[in-house]
Amino acid sequence: MSVRFTIPTALCALLLGLMATAQAGFLGQYEVTFLCTMGVYMILAASLNLVNGYMGEFSCGHAGFMAVGAYVSSIVGVFLFVPDQVFGQPWLPMSMAPLAFPIILATGFASAALVGLLVAIPSFKTRGDYLAIITLAAGYIVKSALENIEAVGGPRGFMGMKKVVLGMEEMFPMSWMLLWVFGGVVFTVWVLRRFVYSTYGKGVTAIHQDEVAAEIMSVNTNKMKLVAFMLSSGLAGLAGGLYAYLIGFVNPASFTILRSTECLVMVYLGGMGSLTGSILAAGIFTILLEFLKPLEQLKWVAIPMLLIVLMQFRSEGIMGNRELSDVFPKLKRFYRFK
Amino acid sequence: MLSVTNLQVKYGNTEALHGISFTVNQGEIVTLIGANGAGKTTTLLSIARLGPPEGPKIASGDIVYKGQSLLNVPPHEIVTKMRMALAPEGRHIFGNLTVEENLKLATFARQDTEQIATDYQRVYDLFPRLVERRKQRSESLSGGEQQMLAVGRALMTGSDFIMLDEPSMGLAPLLMYDMFRALKELNSQGMTLLLIEQNARIALQFAHRGYVLDTGAIVASGDAKELMNNPEVKKAYLGG
Repeated sequence: MSVRFTIPTALCALLLGLMATAQAGFLGQYEVTFLCTMGVYMILAASLNLVNGYMGEFSCGHAGFMAVGAYVSSIVGVFLFVPDQVFGQPWLPMSMAPLAFPIILATGFASAALVGLLVAIPSFKTRGDYLAIITLAAGYIVKSALENIEAVGGPRGFMGMKKVVLGMEEMFPMSWMLLWVFGGVVFTVWVLRRFVYSTYGKGVTAIHQDEVAAEIMSVNTNKMKLVAFMLSSGLAGLAGGLYAYLIGFVNPASFTILRSTECLVMVYLGGMGSLTGSILAAGIFTILLEFLKPLEQLKWVAIPMLLIVLMQFRSEGIMGNRELSDVFPKLKRFYRFK
Repeated sequence: MLSVTNLQVKYGNTEALHGISFTVNQGEIVTLIGANGAGKTTTLLSIARLGPPEGPKIASGDIVYKGQSLLNVPPHEIVTKMRMALAPEGRHIFGNLTVEENLKLATFARQDTEQIATDYQRVYDLFPRLVERRKQRSESLSGGEQQMLAVGRALMTGSDFIMLDEPSMGLAPLLMYDMFRALKELNSQGMTLLLIEQNARIALQFAHRGYVLDTGAIVASGDAKELMNNPEVKKAYLGG
């Protein structure tokens, strides 16, 4: 077999392995949920890395985009498949759910990408700290808007997504969410990698290095920022959609500044400008959150402490701006670009 | 080729240029000289259409290049469509890239692969020092070499009009003359240059025509030789 199929094969094997162990009962509901949460965090960290790491802007409203994706895909799913007091009878039979689910996630992606414009357009005129404040505000706008829309439950939140997942499981009993989250992570990493390592995507790094120089070297910086912000927020929306169906319930309080901070922590923990780093950091971070649960509130002392220690001894993050293939160059022969 | 008419430019509410007019003809080296804060860089940024937050905002007036107004042209199209390049003040090279990568980046939007190859050769012929430094990170170059790279990078965009913002800044006198000789050489190959300088003596020595800018207005203009002998200019910019 040709080496270029190694990565897809390995991924398929991993997915099949996970699904099979889940199916055989070695992975309980708890473990599956844990793995899926980890996957959602991976998507969040990797997508934020595009803006904060590769493009060098400081965005801290990632939770807002995640919220948009979560709500939109929840509403679309419930509207299509679940009888609801606001939306009435379902439009489609439940048997369509497995087919329609990627479309549901795509609506979350698209809507979050549109809201990403909220941040992208001011970024043409402001830089640095001021842009950070705008992203912070954008996150709050989304949260407050959701709190005040009674149709989606206001501050109480919105539910019904569990029924869609249960419907899918009734048709074919397997852990569907594991499948979707796995697909989401692979899709995210694939898209981001293709983007930042393409000639076109080099413009993003050029903006990071020197925006004026990028401009006079014929990089359309406005368009580039638009694409980067929209892609980043869109992927956050995808993560939000997966999160909503995983938990089965969304409320505005899940998408506060604390959630954005978690995303930032993962990006800096993994290293700015390293997708491998983000994935790794998301894994470590989720495990830490879980294992430190017995500490309860003290968890929020322990994790920042770890961050301080990290910054003291390895300020560039776990991976710096290197990828796995830079650490192990031999891996390069397993995939190729262009 | 380029004509700027009655250009009025603002940073916020502060007017930086109070309606200046000048022209650059094809094949010329034209220099804008003036002291700090006269509005020289502002003029170049306006022509390159680099707007806020870093750049100024054009309040009134017009910039016409090859018969087309630049007012509605976005900055990246100044390079790709109008074929004008800027070697900015402070060079703005990508420090963590090598010399070769910096040059390559300038061809970002170009499709004419064959012409690109000859342009590399042209840059390396003009600045042989860059050949030696090809694989070196550009932040480790000396100031003079970095300036060469900035000019070389402007060339690599495939432009036939280059604007240079203080190419002599921070260079030793000898290197400065080398730089200007290279620019003259470039001009003899048909390149049109708009040159901004604080060092009026060397600028007027190499340019065909010059304009003297003082606090946002043009106070003198003419043939470079004429300007050099103008008593006012002599007193203010050439040290008596």
